[in-house]
Amino acid sequence: MGIFESIAKFSLGLSKTRTALIQRVQAIVAGKSKIDSELLEELEHVLLEADVGVDMTTLLLERLRERVKREGYEHVQSLLTYIKEEIAKILEHDVLHMQEPAFSRIDQKPYVIMVVGVNGVGKTTTIGKLAYRYKQSGYKVVIGAGDTFRAAANEQLEIWARRAGVEIVQQKQGSDPAAVAYDALSSALAKDASVVIIDTAGRLHTKAPLMEELKKIKRVLGKRLPGAPHEVLLVLDATTGQNGLHQVKYFHDAVNVTGIVLTKLDGTAKGGIVLAITHQQSIPVKYVGIGEGIDDLQPFDRTIFIEALFEGMRQSA
Amino acid sequence: MFDNLTQKLESVFRKIRGEGKLTPQNIEDALREVRRALLDADVNYKVAKQFIADVQARAVGQEVISSITPGQLIIKIIYDEMVKLLGESRADITQAPLPPTVVLVAGLQGSGKTTFCAKLARYLHTKGRLPLLVAADVHRPAAINQLEMLGKQIDVPVFSQQDTEAVTIARNSIEYARKNIRDTVIIDTAGRLHIDEEMMREIEAVRSTVNPHETLFVVDAMTGQDAVNVAKVFYDRLRYDGIVMTKLDGDSRGGAALSIRAVVGKPIKFIGVGEKLDALEPFYPDRIASRILGMGDIVTLVEKAQEQFDQQKAQKLEEKLRRAEFTFDDFLEQLREIKKMGPLSQVLSMIPGMNKLPANASVDERNLTRIEAIIQSMTKDERRRPSIINGSRRRRIAMGSGTTVQDVNRLLKQFEDMQKMMKRLSKGSLRRSLRGMQFSL
Ligand SMILES: Nc1nc2c(ncn2[C@@H]2O[C@H](COP(=O)(O)OP(=O)(O)OP(=O)(O)O)[C@@H](O)[C@H]2O)c(=O)[nH]1
Ligand SMILES: Nc1nc2c(ncn2[C@@H]2O[C@H](COP(=O)(O)OP(=O)(O)OP(=O)(O)O)[C@@H](O)[C@H]2O)c(=O)[nH]1
Ligand SMILES: [Mg+2]
Ligand SMILES: [Mg+2]
Repeated sequence: MGIFESIAKFSLGLSKTRTALIQRVQAIVAGKSKIDSELLEELEHVLLEADVGVDMTTLLLERLRERVKREGYEHVQSLLTYIKEEIAKILEHDVLHMQEPAFSRIDQKPYVIMVVGVNGVGKTTTIGKLAYRYKQSGYKVVIGAGDTFRAAANEQLEIWARRAGVEIVQQKQGSDPAAVAYDALSSALAKDASVVIIDTAGRLHTKAPLMEELKKIKRVLGKRLPGAPHEVLLVLDATTGQNGLHQVKYFHDAVNVTGIVLTKLDGTAKGGIVLAITHQQSIPVKYVGIGEGIDDLQPFDRTIFIEALFEGMRQSA
Repeated sequence: MFDNLTQKLESVFRKIRGEGKLTPQNIEDALREVRRALLDADVNYKVAKQFIADVQARAVGQEVISSITPGQLIIKIIYDEMVKLLGESRADITQAPLPPTVVLVAGLQGSGKTTFCAKLARYLHTKGRLPLLVAADVHRPAAINQLEMLGKQIDVPVFSQQDTEAVTIARNSIEYARKNIRDTVIIDTAGRLHIDEEMMREIEAVRSTVNPHETLFVVDAMTGQDAVNVAKVFYDRLRYDGIVMTKLDGDSRGGAALSIRAVVGKPIKFIGVGEKLDALEPFYPDRIASRILGMGDIVTLVEKAQEQFDQQKAQKLEEKLRRAEFTFDDFLEQLREIKKMGPLSQVLSMIPGMNKLPANASVDERNLTRIEAIIQSMTKDERRRPSIINGSRRRRIAMGSGTTVQDVNRLLKQFEDMQKMMKRLSKGSLRRSLRGMQFSL
């Protein structure tokens, strides 16, 4: 898939989820000429229903008011530009990560990625997609089946490994996940592989023993190869509400998350919680999942994200 | 973020003490706090708005009687309204007049359908029924494997067919159930997006083929604002009879339960509280209401404690406590009992007053693990008689448990304080002691 096609698909995936939002913003905008309380309330509604959360929404509207006080505005359209810009600022540091094309950035060899998150968010599927993309970029990839708990987790990952055409290292259900991770990394080192991706069992962030287990997996990787894992991806379901903030906080405390993958953006959920997350925790969103197919993973790009978010606006302007 | 709503309301109402009636003006601030609590709990924006309007309508004009504060009065109104809206508790499955009863399970990807199917099968199985699990998810990689493995765990047969369409599998499974005398057929289906037309048609076709007696919609408790859209479309297409809310063993507030009830008006029948197959519970509206409002739910805690504590053990322990013979071994055992009750933050949040801790998040569960490690590094003698733990023993324990001498000192000090406190509890009940211990952790 070419880059333009990718962007088109990505925008399409997003626009599907964003049309409602855009249409509502459009409706709000039509014919308004001053920032009255009714308009603010409508904007608040749009943001809250996108799971942006009370605090973040209040902050955004506060910034909007400040800008208006400072700079004034000619017509309502400029209010939208303001809001867009404020959201862009919040997602700002993503630019750092996104200037180079993703999937081909490997600072280390082997580049070790650990994937974590609560139950059912899409970790295993994302690993299949990631492995495929790295493989497409010409890298030798090894997947470690670190979910030794869930029924048929091995079988599921095996299918993904086959689809992606990469190797998988696994042990039988119930074995120590840290041992599997260690094995996978050792095997990658022996075979001179470039990328190692470790799956982990879904776990709720409030379960202390399970979070300890995650830390152990990370520790063991670091022991086998100093500096590993180089990337810890937290997978977050776009339908998640305010609990997303807790998830990030706990996982970050335990294993130092380096990036977020926002999955299931092909639904109608807006994933607005990532605004609060990037604002509070300064963890960038790196990829988005937009389907169940092997190439339904795209790098998260702030510019495209915002363009897609307000796509409908330009047409109406 | 999750301050105690009761307390906030108390402070809001402090200024209207002495006024005789609740008026739109004097409850405005209070309702703003309620709205905030609802939104933080992921109750849908529109549902929250409507809910507040209803509460306001009921509250305005009510006399403030002297025995309770305005804050308590409004909490009671909110709570009652919410429990009413959440509906009754009914963990039932409509029975077919002529077996087999057919149960169809549907929902978004990853919501917990397959796990729930197995949980339901286990539940029926333990009640002496003869369930059959049906693997009608032909899309997700290894979905059939997953259900087969779960079926094996609970000793319930699983019907599956490779390379066959979901509709055909479902149809054949009913035939199979009849022949093999299985009285309940539980059909697991693939996760699907409500806006995926092709997939929604598939499940409609399954439904019209098997004519289920009970269709259940499974939703993740962590779902945010979108829950209403998803639940509504699934309802429009499938007319499901009930809702299953999963993953309530975490710290999500579960506001989606209220949103969905408000939008489709169907009862929530079961809740999932863990990955294991026995982690299925009936739905109790009062508990979820407390949870959504972030209010302590002492009832649940007490019930849970009672469930988990073996009565005899409890009595023995109580005696020991009274005679202050409580040792580190007992402490360790208690610690494990507490851990069994669920995540510490959840247990704590059920105690009124505890959820005003600076967000549940600050309750460090790692402390428990550390304490456990320290105790495990003590010898038998040391556990019984902590007074013998001198400097060199402390260093050894710290080394053994991977902690610091300061950690060990702190624990010993806390333990000593606790013993003192327990001596003071002349005839304190176990529950009170338990609470005391949690405070000291
Ligand atoms: N629509 C859609 N579905 C997705 C996406 N990513 C994953 N899924 C689906 O979500 C479900 C769960 O995905 P998994 O990859 O098994 O999730 P997981 O996090 O590994 O789950 P556990 O290991 O059980 O915790 C599957 O049905 C996937 O097909 C996505 O971006 N969009
Ligand atoms: N903590 C917790 N985890 C749960 C609960 N119910 C299910 N899970 C976990 O959630 C993940 C997804 O569960 P599944 O039963 O595979 O979900 P599904 O809806 O069948 O997923 P798809 O078939 O991919 O759509 C698994 O890791 C389960 O172990 C629950 O009540 N609590
Ligand atoms: Mg998985
Ligand atoms: Mg399933």
